[in-house]
Amino acid sequence: MSPIQMSPIQPNSGKPPVVSIRNLTKVYGNGFKALKGVDLDIREGEILALLGPNGAGKTTMISIVCGLVNPSGGQVTVGGHDVVRDFRATRSMIGLVPQELTTDQFETVINTVTFSRGLHGKGKNPALIEQILKDLSLWEKRDNMLRELSGGMKRRVLIAKALAHEPRILFLDEPTAGVDVTLRRDMWQVVEKLRATGVTIILTTHYIEEAEEIADRVGVINAGELLLIEDKTTLMKKLGAKQLRLELTHPLEAVPPGLESFDLKLVDDGNALVHDYASDETHGNGQGSRIAALMKALSAADVPIGDISTHQSSLEDIFVKLIGERA
Amino acid sequence: MSANTFNFEAVKSIYFFEMARMRRTLLQSVISPVITTSLYFIVFGTAIGSRIQEVGGVSYGSFITPGLIMLTLLTQCISNGSIGIYFPKFTGTIYELLSAPVAMTEVLLGYVGAAASKGLIIGLIILATASFFVDIDIAHPFMMALFLVLTAITFSLFGFIIGIWAKNFEQLNIVPMLVVPPLTFLGGSFYSIDMLPPFWQAVSHFNPVLYLVSGFRWSFYEIADVNPVVSLGMIGLFLVICLSILGWIFRTGYRLRS
Repeated sequence: MSPIQMSPIQPNSGKPPVVSIRNLTKVYGNGFKALKGVDLDIREGEILALLGPNGAGKTTMISIVCGLVNPSGGQVTVGGHDVVRDFRATRSMIGLVPQELTTDQFETVINTVTFSRGLHGKGKNPALIEQILKDLSLWEKRDNMLRELSGGMKRRVLIAKALAHEPRILFLDEPTAGVDVTLRRDMWQVVEKLRATGVTIILTTHYIEEAEEIADRVGVINAGELLLIEDKTTLMKKLGAKQLRLELTHPLEAVPPGLESFDLKLVDDGNALVHDYASDETHGNGQGSRIAALMKALSAADVPIGDISTHQSSLEDIFVKLIGERA
Repeated sequence: MSANTFNFEAVKSIYFFEMARMRRTLLQSVISPVITTSLYFIVFGTAIGSRIQEVGGVSYGSFITPGLIMLTLLTQCISNGSIGIYFPKFTGTIYELLSAPVAMTEVLLGYVGAAASKGLIIGLIILATASFFVDIDIAHPFMMALFLVLTAITFSLFGFIIGIWAKNFEQLNIVPMLVVPPLTFLGGSFYSIDMLPPFWQAVSHFNPVLYLVSGFRWSFYEIADVNPVVSLGMIGLFLVICLSILGWIFRTGYRLRS
């Protein structure tokens, strides 16, 4: 398998990044280093998924961009404005859906969503609030107190609150933790709709299939470091290694003559032969015939094949491998 | 919204959000202090007060009215000021305040404005209630209003500090429950400190509530334990102390931003 290419900062695609993070560090009061010099550019209008295990630093990073946590070092700009110095400008652009279901239990849905808009300095806009609540299937519940709502409904309210001031950038911190299928589908519909209007969306998750499904780019964070950031398809191609495994009916001592050019390895005390190749080789011009050629050669060499299997890395394997390499 | 404009919309939102909480908890926030104070008037003003001679030329019931208003105002402002900011901390909804384009001064204006308004409304209701039981004269209405407003603001600020400092409900209640009542009772709400032995008179001068009650009572009946200008100065001093502490809290992010 080809070595993983680290490219923490993407080459500039022409437009300035909407969020730019430079050498960001955070050391908490107890000495815990949550972020160890993160560099990241977020492109306008993209959906970026940040993957990482619990405690990796995802929430800390988001919290610094949104103003909940003070950075220890480095710089973050949003729309060209510094998040500390020009906090009014940056925070007006950002909507945040926090990880925890934190709600004002005794408020009604409509009041709490209207409050969020006012807090961001925007005048009343009942029509917009109505539209947001309808999009999130909350309109029927608008006069209910939050404590009367289910967990999934509360999650919707938090999303509605984050959208009430029409943000250009939306942070979703673990949006689907403990969420049922219906809500997940509704949520991705809202996300798609937002993306269509040019909103940049950053979500953290540890559900890899979520990132695979929805994101344009995927970043992997572990132990306070950004291990990689890559277009999802490139990442899948680059890292999506395939392996062909041939189980043998009886063990061999060496790779049979005539097969040297195929990069075969004898494993499991000579009981199996494996061939590693990149996933795009099968679809590439002429590359697909390489497998066919291997098969012919195997047959010609009279290799005692009992069974054949192939295995392709998922984003999850890639993720586990990356985390493992750095651990 | 441009980069450095005062976020008036946010102040308004917080203020009315908090005032709505008061409407919702009308029983607890308005009716309860009114009933408590009425009981004081019935017991001290009418039942016992009728057997007590005049203090400084006014009937005992009238004499204790300013002190009772102050007692309620202090307690209400401290608890409203503290719960307003403590509750979002407790539920976690504070994330929204911290990630919104608001300066802490605007957050403060919203919460303290609402807490002080509630305190003032209740203070005025009690004044009206008192007039049913005793004769009230207000010699200096402007000064009375000034004392009332300054006290309401100062102690709502003090409450806000407690709300930020408190890590649990016990800490939240410790000041309004344990510190304010003794200070108010020993601060001359129910007596003139002339009635005390010289030693306790001297001790009383270390009690900040004495200055509030004395100044406030002076605005009614022109009788005071300490010079009203000194009273006003002491409230001003306490206001400045509270603002300085809050300035430090907002600069360092103490118990707000890690």
